[in-house]
Amino acid sequence: MDSLWVPLLLTLKVALWATALNLVLGVAVAFGLSRWRSHAREVADAILTLPLVLPPTVLGYYLLVLLGRRGVFGEWLDRLGIELVFTWQGAVVASTLVAFPLVHKAARAAFEAVDPQLESAGRVLGLREAAVFFRISLPLAARGITAGALLAFARAMGEFGATLMIAGNLPGRTQTLSVAIYAAVQAGDDRGAAIMVAVTSVTCVVALLLAGWLAPAHLRRSRP
Amino acid sequence: MRLRPFVALLLLTGASAASAADLVVSAASSLTDAFQAVGKAYEAKHPGTHVVLNFAASDVLLRQIASGAPADVFASADQTAMDKAVAAKAIDPATRKDFASNRLVLVVPQDSKAAIGSPADLKADSVKRVAYGDPASVPVGRYTKAALEQQGLWDAVSAKGVLAQNVRQSLDYVARGEVDAGFVFATDAAIMKDKVKVAATVPTPKPITYPIAVVAGSKQPADAAAFEAFVQSAEGRKILSGFGFEAP
Repeated sequence: MDSLWVPLLLTLKVALWATALNLVLGVAVAFGLSRWRSHAREVADAILTLPLVLPPTVLGYYLLVLLGRRGVFGEWLDRLGIELVFTWQGAVVASTLVAFPLVHKAARAAFEAVDPQLESAGRVLGLREAAVFFRISLPLAARGITAGALLAFARAMGEFGATLMIAGNLPGRTQTLSVAIYAAVQAGDDRGAAIMVAVTSVTCVVALLLAGWLAPAHLRRSRP
Repeated sequence: MRLRPFVALLLLTGASAASAADLVVSAASSLTDAFQAVGKAYEAKHPGTHVVLNFAASDVLLRQIASGAPADVFASADQTAMDKAVAAKAIDPATRKDFASNRLVLVVPQDSKAAIGSPADLKADSVKRVAYGDPASVPVGRYTKAALEQQGLWDAVSAKGVLAQNVRQSLDYVARGEVDAGFVFATDAAIMKDKVKVAATVPTPKPITYPIAVVAGSKQPADAAAFEAFVQSAEGRKILSGFGFEAP
């Protein structure tokens, strides 16, 4: 059953890392944008949303050209000892990029829905900016951010095109479930593919149900 | 009336859809450049026919055809894929002919400083990654596996293996310098002379031959047979040899 467990565990590892990174990046960027008053804001937003609409193969190509050994940042990464092409970390980068707009969009909408008077009240009562963010803005936006993170997790679980291009198809090392399914279908291994398809579907549904069931309960307690 | 430009665009794109005189040729990835030239030459001789080329790993093409894809001609890079097509009753076995042969080569990036002169050198610790086609679905991968098994190198090399979806992907990995070496056909290495260099020609247990056949469900078997005959004609052979393919 190694042919199933190894890709499954790898896929979960990649998806969890991508979700965690996106929670930090997506929330930080969304908060910054929601407080930024400039015409450039919508341009920045459009660029940040590109991964949602560009074909994953285009994103994979960009990543390869930027992060590959001979890429624009290749030498720089090499000096830092970071290898992304054909590594699971590369798969994390691909999944993070592809799922980023889902967290970013949800978080921005959530931050913009926070009543500015509540934040002002916090400041009047002597809270510092960091405290205003962590004790008022973030808890109020948590529901929307969680929703975005769930979608991002599911998207990262299923990421295929960009992952295949940058992380390749190395069984046991970078072969995620979706890549393993693709390889099995190409090789005519319908049974293997069917089992992995079922496992992927069930995992995604369970993850969504579990998180959907956990998150509101937790948020209900922390809501003001 | 904001829909009008949209509808116009729909009609415009619809007009270019496939027509009855399309001859769909599914050919192995390694045949990409050669068959594009063959297709053009065939169209020049048969003005009513439009040759539509579909390139992928041979087993992928076979899967498409066996699932009912509307192909007329199937050209694969090894006998295994064609044997599978016969077993799946996807092609007409009476039309099966070998039309070309090729050689397996070990390539390294053009600026590579690694001392790689034979497959045995891939065992060195300095060699981290080697690209080759997935043996489960790509002929060049099957040839590579058989050749390395014969030399007792398969276990050592496959531990460093990066599986490609087709031969051109292996070539691309080497050309970009993402892998230290890769196995491709001699004809593939020849089209990227500026980016890859041939380190060794690798002997294979079985000769590398390309079979071609008319697809069993073809709606225009006569046209398909004419294309197959053209590939094997003196003119077709000349085009193929121009890309480095040898006679079978």
